[in-house]
Amino acid sequence: MELALKELLTEKALAVRRKIIKMIYKAGSGHPGGSLSLVEILVTFYFGDVLRYREDDPFWSDRDRLILSKGHGIPSLYSVWSEIGWIPEYMLWTLRKLNSPLQGHPDRRKLPLIEISSGSLGQGLSVGIGMALAGKIDKKDYRVYVIMGDGEMEEGQVWEAAMFAGFHKLNNLTALVDYNKFQLDGPIGEILNIEPLSDKWKSFGWEVFEVDGHSFDELKDVFDRIKENSFEKPQCVIAHTVKGKGVSFMENNNEFHGRAPTKEEALKALRELGEIYPEI
Amino acid sequence: MIREFKLGKPTRVAYGEALAKIGEEMEEIVVLDADLSKSTHTYLFAKKFPERFYNFGIAEANMVGAAAGLARCGKIPFCSSFACFMVNKAYEQIKISIAGSGLNVKFVSSHGGISVGEDGFTQQSVEDIALMCTFPGFTVVAPCDEVYTRWLIREVAKREGPCYVRTQRPSAPIIYENKNEFTWGKYIKLEEGEDVAIFSYGLVVAESLKAHDLLKKEGIKASIYDAPYIKPLDEETILDVAKSIKKIVVVEEHLRDGGLGSRIASFLAENFPVPMKILAIEDTYGESGKPDELFEKFGISYRKIFKEVLNFIR
Repeated sequence: MELALKELLTEKALAVRRKIIKMIYKAGSGHPGGSLSLVEILVTFYFGDVLRYREDDPFWSDRDRLILSKGHGIPSLYSVWSEIGWIPEYMLWTLRKLNSPLQGHPDRRKLPLIEISSGSLGQGLSVGIGMALAGKIDKKDYRVYVIMGDGEMEEGQVWEAAMFAGFHKLNNLTALVDYNKFQLDGPIGEILNIEPLSDKWKSFGWEVFEVDGHSFDELKDVFDRIKENSFEKPQCVIAHTVKGKGVSFMENNNEFHGRAPTKEEALKALRELGEIYPEI
Repeated sequence: MIREFKLGKPTRVAYGEALAKIGEEMEEIVVLDADLSKSTHTYLFAKKFPERFYNFGIAEANMVGAAAGLARCGKIPFCSSFACFMVNKAYEQIKISIAGSGLNVKFVSSHGGISVGEDGFTQQSVEDIALMCTFPGFTVVAPCDEVYTRWLIREVAKREGPCYVRTQRPSAPIIYENKNEFTWGKYIKLEEGEDVAIFSYGLVVAESLKAHDLLKKEGIKASIYDAPYIKPLDEETILDVAKSIKKIVVVEEHLRDGGLGSRIASFLAENFPVPMKILAIEDTYGESGKPDELFEKFGISYRKIFKEVLNFIR
């Protein structure tokens, strides 16, 4: 990857993380852990020349579709959209407040930028299938990306969808698993182990890739391969990530699955994220 | 003299035929089924338009999610399965991916009610209408015969907005032999009488009409309404009837809770309370048997309607 691009992505990731911390702090509730683990993935999609979209027309009909099936990670996506300019920055601070378009979990009725409402896990991949089928009928070349959580792999609907997409060779569909190794109640391996994950997707008829979900190089490389190769099968990217990534005391600390930082914690986090004199 | 009806096609068959026809005119229609296309009759559409038909196998949740994605890309999806499977198994998917995303998806079930018969309670649906009425913005309709169904499906396809249509398994008596134009959202008066008004939908409309004939012999004049719209209610007609006739009976092949009767009662309680009698399935499930036997056992056959109406108004 070119140095200039990498610097841009690194800068964007820091900005997005700061916004996540601030918005969840101001909201007083939310999911920092699973929002932070997503940052490099979303930043690569939107700023790494992966996702096809028009800055001046987010509803362009030929856009690639991105579905955040793990809806609790939405602060990450709101932050990315504010970096593009689709959401004004002041709106970020209304997260989870009455009458805000920025609902605690994505609500398409309140914010049309959202492709589909989500928050009850397991549903996004099926919606992605519908979009991929529509693309085939209409002979459009947009791609559909569905981002899921690792705990989400425990939902039966995911495997209904995996079976269908594999059988029908929906090669315009890519699933991405944010594999941060934790779910609400604890480590995935202790609650309900989802391994062998890669073998599961392969056996359902998918091309599978495993990457470091915080490495821009690896993410960009795998997304480019998916875009450039015409795979016959749908593709699944298993992105190994760290829950709470970027804030030392949140990393692998499942206390921050669904708790907002205190003021002190937020200030500390923002300093770690490069804001020397943080204001909140 | 109790009238006899000409036996028509099941409403599910009329649905399949209508859909295959409308598919010619509306290219944006896509049809989704979950391994029951031979029962729901969506196979008729599939034969004509294989490129716009998807069989999801026995996976209702995935089917409903995919319908959401198709709707987001400008298609008009029709989802079909047995009422009990599509509504109950995919209830949450309908909530989040369809209703909670404000999408235009049509759900048309077959095998509504206990008239499914011999298969027993697991294949019968006595709660589908209550459940589908919980989704904001949904229209919930249950046609009584093939004529109304053909007209209805065309309307549903053309109108913007999510909709649930309950069709049924058995051959349906033809109620509308000389009529094929209807008004969306309005109930239809089939008999006029001033002593009591009976509202019903689906197969039991024919039972209500037969009850009307028995009541007539006893000197009781009953108004009979086909009330296909459970949501939204035809409030104007209900209010007119409440004010003029003052006694209302509702007959339905559904649980009492959350059905047409409870919805009308709730509406009238706030607007013009009148004595009501609701004949529905009472806090239980169906069982195996012939449809007629089941109507009798669960209190919605014409004989039972006749008896209950007599008790009610005397």
